[in-house]
Amino acid sequence: MRNGPGLFSASWALLRKDLAIELRTRESVPAMALFSVTVFVLLHFGTGRDTFSGGLAAGLLWVTLLLATVLGVNRLFVAEREQGGIDAVLLAPVDRTAVFIGKAAALFLYLVLLEVVAVPAFALLLLAQGSAVAVLPLAGVLLLTDIGLAAVGALVAAMASETRARDLVVPMLLLPLVVPLAIAGASATEPLLGAAGSAPELLRWLGFIGVYDMVFLLLSVAVFDFLLED
Amino acid sequence: MFGRGLRALSVATALAVLVAFGLIFFYAPNDADQGFVQKIFYLHVPLAIVCLGGFIAGGVLAVKFLRSGDRAWDLRSYVAIHMSVILGIAVLITGSIWAKASWGHWWVWNEPTLVVFLIVFLLYCVYQPLRFSIEDSERQARYASVFAITAGVFVPLCFAAVRLAQPLVHPRVLTGAGASLPPSMALTFFVCLLAMTLVYVTLCKVELTSKHSRDMIRRLRRRLEPAGG
Repeated sequence: MRNGPGLFSASWALLRKDLAIELRTRESVPAMALFSVTVFVLLHFGTGRDTFSGGLAAGLLWVTLLLATVLGVNRLFVAEREQGGIDAVLLAPVDRTAVFIGKAAALFLYLVLLEVVAVPAFALLLLAQGSAVAVLPLAGVLLLTDIGLAAVGALVAAMASETRARDLVVPMLLLPLVVPLAIAGASATEPLLGAAGSAPELLRWLGFIGVYDMVFLLLSVAVFDFLLED
Repeated sequence: MFGRGLRALSVATALAVLVAFGLIFFYAPNDADQGFVQKIFYLHVPLAIVCLGGFIAGGVLAVKFLRSGDRAWDLRSYVAIHMSVILGIAVLITGSIWAKASWGHWWVWNEPTLVVFLIVFLLYCVYQPLRFSIEDSERQARYASVFAITAGVFVPLCFAAVRLAQPLVHPRVLTGAGASLPPSMALTFFVCLLAMTLVYVTLCKVELTSKHSRDMIRRLRRRLEPAGG
């Protein structure tokens, strides 16, 4: 056993480091939020419609969020790669799993911040006036999905960080992998955006998202070490 | 190293394919409501099963590589996925033909099995670009293996998601209650499945042998021509 700090204090330190960088440079989250608002404007002009509702609205919201996630995932290992931070991280006597947890937690927080901006902006810009959005269930769906997105995103970011065509590999790798989340998220969100309010199948979808989160969290923890060897 | 038994395997494959095609055209009855077109089922479904099986096998072989560090496992994993992607193209083409003939459209979106297959296929199309955009060969093997494992886990998960989301239009060949086929069709189907599996294994073996011998030739040539020559 290495006698370094424990798993959680190491993850916490790495997370704090990422948040400090993000607070000072303000690179990822503002870009993701701005991107999503720009996509909403594009959607308005691209379709010539003022409002969306039902399944279409849910689908557009989710596609936008996932595309914005790609931006965050692209930047996730940028300090490690461009400024040689990865060597420092690897030299530290901590479990490699801590790197994964730190990165996934950072991405999770970025996604929550993105949604705090993007979802109200979506409701304001593209939902019909006065449509009753079920805020609490929607927040639950978003948070649960963010866990899975953060796990897959951190894994993909690490996988792509050593490739030459990183900017191309991330979207091609991430988007197919999160299709199940897009299906479940959009299906669960659809009734929450309309007048219907409650969703009979909400629990089933939340259950599926939960299973997805579990599988990819465990899988990522299991394989992440191999991405950071040497 | 990989070439042993290749000739016997090739002969067996050729025989199996001949028998399979014989059964398809002369033994299996025409489908009651789809007629002759339904025969493509004997090509399409086994191809799809072998293709998905190959993807999962790629993941299992990648686990073996990460556990043992033996590069031969990585090569096997790579070839398994490579061949499955090629079969995947055939699956999409035969599936489209069948869809056009029996549903009237080349592509049907409310058709879960079709959609999942496309997603899985798109994901595995990234395997090669990912692999060959990493220069260091040892790291290449490790990253490709991580991809193969992740994608291998993703395949069943994706099927679950899409199946939850949509009504079933695609015929279920093997349902929980057992094969829903008359015995003559079931026999033909299983012979075709065997033949396609053999085709897949033979293709993998040929590819492995050729990659291995190319490496050996390169090594020999390097030994014959001293540096700078």
